[in-house]
This record gives sequence, C-alpha cells and structure tokens, in this order.
Amino acid sequence: MSIEVKDVSFVYSPGTAYEIRALDHINLSIPDGQFIGMIGHTGSGKSTLIQHLNALIRPTSGQILYNGEDVWAEGYDRRRLRSQVGLVFQYPEHQLFESDVLSDVCFGPMNQGLSREEAEVQAMKALRQVGFPESEVKRSPFELSGGQKKRVAIAGVLAMNPQILILDEPAAGLDPKGRDEILGQIALLHRERLITIILVSHSMEDMANYAQRMIVMNRGQVAMDGAPGDIFPRIEELEGMGLSAPQITYIMHELAKNGLVVQKDATTVLEARDSILEALGRSRRGRREKTC
Amino acid sequence: MLKDITIGQYYPADSYIHRLDPRTKLIGTLVFIISLFVFEGFFGYIWATIFLAAVIGISKVPFRYIVKGLKAIFVILVFTMVFNILLTPGEALWQWKFIRISREGLVLAVKMGARLIYLVMGSSIMTLTTTPNQLTDGLERLLRPLNRIHVPVHEIAMMMSIALRFIPILMEETDKIMKAQIARGADFESGNLIKKARNMVPLLVPLFISAFRRANDLAMAMEARCYHGGDSRTQMKPLRYRRGDMVAFFILFLYFGAVILFRRGGL
Repeated sequence: MSIEVKDVSFVYSPGTAYEIRALDHINLSIPDGQFIGMIGHTGSGKSTLIQHLNALIRPTSGQILYNGEDVWAEGYDRRRLRSQVGLVFQYPEHQLFESDVLSDVCFGPMNQGLSREEAEVQAMKALRQVGFPESEVKRSPFELSGGQKKRVAIAGVLAMNPQILILDEPAAGLDPKGRDEILGQIALLHRERLITIILVSHSMEDMANYAQRMIVMNRGQVAMDGAPGDIFPRIEELEGMGLSAPQITYIMHELAKNGLVVQKDATTVLEARDSILEALGRSRRGRREKTC
Repeated sequence: MLKDITIGQYYPADSYIHRLDPRTKLIGTLVFIISLFVFEGFFGYIWATIFLAAVIGISKVPFRYIVKGLKAIFVILVFTMVFNILLTPGEALWQWKFIRISREGLVLAVKMGARLIYLVMGSSIMTLTTTPNQLTDGLERLLRPLNRIHVPVHEIAMMMSIALRFIPILMEETDKIMKAQIARGADFESGNLIKKARNMVPLLVPLFISAFRRANDLAMAMEARCYHGGDSRTQMKPLRYRRGDMVAFFILFLYFGAVILFRRGGL
C-alpha cells in the first residue's frame, strides 16, 4: 500500500492567456504508515498535488501509482481508490448537506455500497474516533460550531475506512484548544488505526509536533523532503520561500548565538526545554522531581 | 470541466473601441442591428460588411473570438435557413415530391442567415470590448429616464452587476463542492435522469447554503458602508462622452444615413 508520484506536472488552462504551471515534475514516494506534513506558501501547489493523490485531477503529464498500478489506466476503479485514499477538504461547509450528522457521515460508506445499518456502524465508529459526542449525532450539521463541523467532515471521510488520510488545513480557523484537540485526534488515528496521514498545514509548530516527515513545496516543486529536525535548521532557505521555522527554533538559534551551548535544531518546546536546562547545568530528572 | 463556461467574455486589449463609452457602444450596437433590417438590396449587405469588418479591425479582437459567439446560434441559424428555403413560395429550382426549393426562398435564406450572423457578431464586438461592469453602468445611465415612471433602474443595474460578479465565484465553489463529494464516493455522471437529479442533492445543498451566506454577508457589508439605493449616489468614475465618442456617433450617423439612402434607392 503506497503512493508513487512519478514525474507529475499539471498546468491550469493550458494554451490560454491564463496558463499556470501548478506542478512541475514532481517525484514522491509515500510508503505506508508515515505521518507526513506538507507545507508551502499559498500557491505553491500543495492543494493541486493532494488532489492528484486520489485522482480528482488528472496530471497533464506523469503518472500516479497506487500499489504499483497507474490510477489513470483504462478500467482502473477510481471510486474505489477514493475510498482508500481519503481526502478531507479545508472547508467542511463544502461537504455537509444532510439533515443530521449521522446521515451525513453515512454518505461515504453508503456510496461504497453498504446498507444503512452497516453504514451507521461505520459512521458511529468514525465519529467516536474524531471525538464527536455521541449525544449530538442527531443534530443538524449546520448548527454545529466550526470545530465540530470539522470533526464531522473528517468522520465523513474516515467512515469509508481509508488506508491513507489526507487533510487540507484541518486546524485552520479553529481556536488553539480546538486545534490541539483535532490534531491530537489525528495523531491518535495514525497510531491506533495505523493509517498513513498527510497533513497540509501552514503552521510550523504543528509540523514539528506531529510530522515524522516533512515535504516542503515551493513553486510547484518539492523543495525539501525529510525529517522536521533536518529541515528546520535551514531557516534561511525556508524564509526564502516565504516560510519560517517554529518560533522555538528561532529562540534556540538566538541563544546559541549568545553563547549558550544548546541544541540548535530543537523543534518542539519540550526538546528546547530539556536542552536549555541541560545547558544551564540542571539535570532534567532533578527538575522533574521538584515539580512533581 | 466547469472552467470552460464563461459569461462576460471580455477580451482585454487597448483599442479605440475598448476606450469608447459603454453608452456609445450600446447605442451603436442597437443602431447596427436596426440597420440590418432596414436595407434590402445587395449594396446594403456590402456596406454593412465593410462597416462590421472595419469595427472588428479597429477593436483588435482576434477574429476567432468573434466567430466563437456564432456557435450558440448555430441551431437557430440552420433552422431559419432550412425553413426559409423550403417554405417560401416562388419559382421552383428543384423539386422532389412535396419538397421544393424556390429561387426566392434561397435568396431569402441567405439574406436571413447573413443578418443573423451579423447581428451576433455585432453584439459580440460589444461584449468582447466592454467589461460587464461597464455595460451595466452604461445601461443604468441610458435607462435613467425610466426613473420618472418609477422603474427602479439603479436597483436593477446593481442586481445585474452583483449577479455577474458572483458567477465566477459560485462556479469555483461548485467545483470545490463537487470534488469534496466525489472524494466521498459521490457519482455525478452515471444513472438515469431521476437518479442523476437525486445525486445532485449533495452538491446543491452546500451550494445554496453558501450562496445565501454570501448574499447575507454582502448585504451586511453594503449596509455597513451606508448603502441605501441609488438616490443622490455618485460614481467614482462617472461616464463621460469624449471626443472619440463624438467621432463614433458621427460615423454611426453617416453609416445609418447611407443605409436609409440604400433603402430609398432600392439598392
């Protein structure tokens, strides 16, 4: 189970005055079970790329292989592919349409051919997994708060039992608490259901906290691909693409510049704390015992 | 798939025609269309062809863009010509059972065909060289006298420009919603008519909700800026006739005068 992106290019409205090259010879391999963070400036091609992964867009040139099969080959079952590679778009308003939450989440599984009863079982499971309160499943999705709508939208895709879950900015527009909850649930899904996660986000902090591998997009190309710890120290390059490193990385850089011997590539607050404490000569364990 | 639909087919360029006041173009198009039905003889057609060709030349719009507009009337064009050929009585050129083609019918069909084609080409020139907003502005000014008889001209024009403004936005939204539902296994293509209609529900509900929400937001934003209709409202770029418009009206006058002379002279 893996996705292989082979030399994919995509051009919007080719041959007209409005021609835009959104993807420029992309090569990527997405093996099973990874938690991948995808980041890039607006217009860098992230959204176009993720829509290629479940065959919503046909590449202008190049191939998308799922488990070794070309998804645009004649006779390939792309509807089945879409239930295995689930894509959750940024705005839940674009997909909620039923009169109650449960029916809405059932839409996907029923399109897969399940009966209403079977679909409801899947839907309830998915709703539970995204942390949606069971008592509210009969409410209209349009009355929910932004965070709850997002959960329902994610559950709507999750209920189809995808092997790979792609989320476009799942935390955009949420308050910090809602954001941590949603991303925490996604990380939990990754651990418990062992599905591959591709998380598109603007937030470097999210990347540092959750992603095992980062793909940095710039002008339709993959600019960097690697572990967050390897990518964030390249602050200048990131800034050249209109991005930045997590705030804590900047602090560590400044501290190092001022002579404190800290680990410069710390990307999360926890790592940074330990590194600073160590540099100050106070053992981590001693400190913990005091606070606990 | 949805991106191919364009309404408001403005072709950006900098030409004498583009710079004309939209009112001049509206009146000019109207006069040209009327002229097509005034002349009768061969010379009239040549005269109109010269006029149209000159305008197209000056407008800097590629000819194929103008011809594109003809696609929409192709069926009507064929119908008109076939009926004219078959149903006009007169000297028979060719006959087979009850189908007969008359000489008069053939001439009439060619004339009608040419008129229809010129009509569409003439109005295409207007829409290709004028932005939709300019058009509604021009229309609003031209129809302002109707205010006297309590026609809400400004409100109608405002609704028109808002509608035009929202077409591309809603189009894009439709595309996104379709993709989101296809990603959940929705199927918009197969099935019979009833099934297809039912499959549209997951698309239409979010689209309507979004359209209402946008309308609401826009109304709020307009009210927040104290919009209260057309009375005593001024424009940032008021329409003003320039020398070019005067020249255009003069040429138009000459053209139409000649057309009337042709008709009088039976040319």
